[in-house]
Amino acid sequence: MTIKIENLTYIYSPDSPFEVKALDNINLSIEDGEFIGLIGHTGSGKSTLIQHLNGLLKSTSGRIFIDDVDITKKEVKLKDIRQKVGLVFQYPEHQLFEETVLKDVSFGPKNLGLSDDETFQRAKEAVELVGIDFELIKDRSPFELSGGQRRRVAIAGVLAMKPKILILDEPTAGLDPKGRDDILGQIQNLYNSNDMTIILVSHSMEDIARLVNRIVVMHKGTIAMQDTPREVFKRAEDLEKIGLAIPQITYFMKELKSRVQNIRDDVLTVDEAKEEIIKFLRRHKNA
Amino acid sequence: MDNVMIKMDNVTYKYQNAEDENIAALKNISLNIERGEFVAILGHNGSGKSTLAKLLNALLLPTEGRVHVNNMDTLDEKRVWDIRQTAGMVFQNPDNQLVATIVEEDVAFGPENQGVAPKEISERVDEALNIVGMKEYRKHAPHLLSGGQKQRIAIAGVLAMRPECIILDEPTAMLDPSGRREVMSTIKRLNKEENKTIILITHYMDEAVEADRVIIISEGEIALKGSPRQVFSQVEKVLSLGLDVPQVTELAYKLRKEGIDIKSDVLTVEELVMLL
Repeated sequence: MTIKIENLTYIYSPDSPFEVKALDNINLSIEDGEFIGLIGHTGSGKSTLIQHLNGLLKSTSGRIFIDDVDITKKEVKLKDIRQKVGLVFQYPEHQLFEETVLKDVSFGPKNLGLSDDETFQRAKEAVELVGIDFELIKDRSPFELSGGQRRRVAIAGVLAMKPKILILDEPTAGLDPKGRDDILGQIQNLYNSNDMTIILVSHSMEDIARLVNRIVVMHKGTIAMQDTPREVFKRAEDLEKIGLAIPQITYFMKELKSRVQNIRDDVLTVDEAKEEIIKFLRRHKNA
Repeated sequence: MDNVMIKMDNVTYKYQNAEDENIAALKNISLNIERGEFVAILGHNGSGKSTLAKLLNALLLPTEGRVHVNNMDTLDEKRVWDIRQTAGMVFQNPDNQLVATIVEEDVAFGPENQGVAPKEISERVDEALNIVGMKEYRKHAPHLLSGGQKQRIAIAGVLAMRPECIILDEPTAMLDPSGRREVMSTIKRLNKEENKTIILITHYMDEAVEADRVIIISEGEIALKGSPRQVFSQVEKVLSLGLDVPQVTELAYKLRKEGIDIKSDVLTVEELVMLL
């Protein structure tokens, strides 16, 4: 499923003293099956942009096509869009409300008008997709689960709608390293096995570096850069100027490169750095 | 005046879950934190580290054992306000901590409630905003500031109460990279220049590296403690506790495993560059 954004502008509180241009003439195409990392400092327009993609916000001007359907048109049914584009908000566990996990995850598919059987099947599948034992948990209250589990149940609620495009707004904020790795691992699995397009909003440059195919950098409501992680993270100074950073390991290799010759500094992960240093040391020994 | 700011003696904290079972969130913890020390507390979600933080300023009271803050027993009801004034707390979400519509009013909220004279409040607000580097935002509306700026205002609000000790519970979890940098450099300044005792609860290992001492809590107990170097050099132990080590430490560890002679306790980019 492809996304095409044309000249998208969004103004908060137009014609008032509080008028703010949150999005300024955005043009962006996302192909079927891409894994996009969306980064930018707080207030750069990331959240405003993703809320347009499932019709939560209506553009001030410009158009958005999801698989060639212009979702900014009045006659478009929002229900159809939201079935295709699943949006997981920040701290999605705050939106859990039902008595049991099963009821909570079933809420979406039920509202689509699916049969009880189909709803149950979808809830089961979705809970399993986020790596939780469905039988063990289905009748428990979401409120007695751990923070990480609650968040996964909330994500399952979106997955139960079987979206083709999944957008996650900082899905790991506030989780410990293990919880973070679990959720990111499951997102990676979803991506690998379910033919989904994923847009991940994150402040963790380390996570973005190892997961996504393409990074879109936002700044002041515009797209400041878009390229592969390797290309984007070569531009440390440009990123720092707009409140961002590069992964710690990439900083390290840059620093190393400034002291020694013949070493690559465009690494993205600890393992890449390890390989590069081993190669470097071998060359050094042979020389 | 003795040198101990926080003293925990055999502290156990129990609560009742939905099934009326008694669960021990903290088990028999003994811990001293010295005046002027910068301590980072790590632990996975549910390990008990936030419970520990809340015991330190009498938001929670121990089921067993004693907590002393600056020689005051948190079980002594008459001292609760003195304790909270001594040990100020900053939480994760800045939006939940800001109470006023103008920055200076927000920072003044604490001392106003303490009954501080207006003239002195004004001086304290100046001083606090100065320390966090937000003086020029005195008349601004907090909700229009960035995440890092809001969190610095929240810290200023605590500073205006003139605490000797500041407890920060994941203060950077919701911030972007520049916000994190701002808040971390503010915390370091509070410790080094203002001589505040700092207790920082975090999930970010690169922040914990900045502390004098790291304490890892797991299943309600202290699982590992020591200098950042001592703690993070035990890579496998740290990973087994569901935590991380800084990327640079991980690299040094992996290089060592490949037979490359390198110290396993490197913590910063600078150190590893020097070693190679």
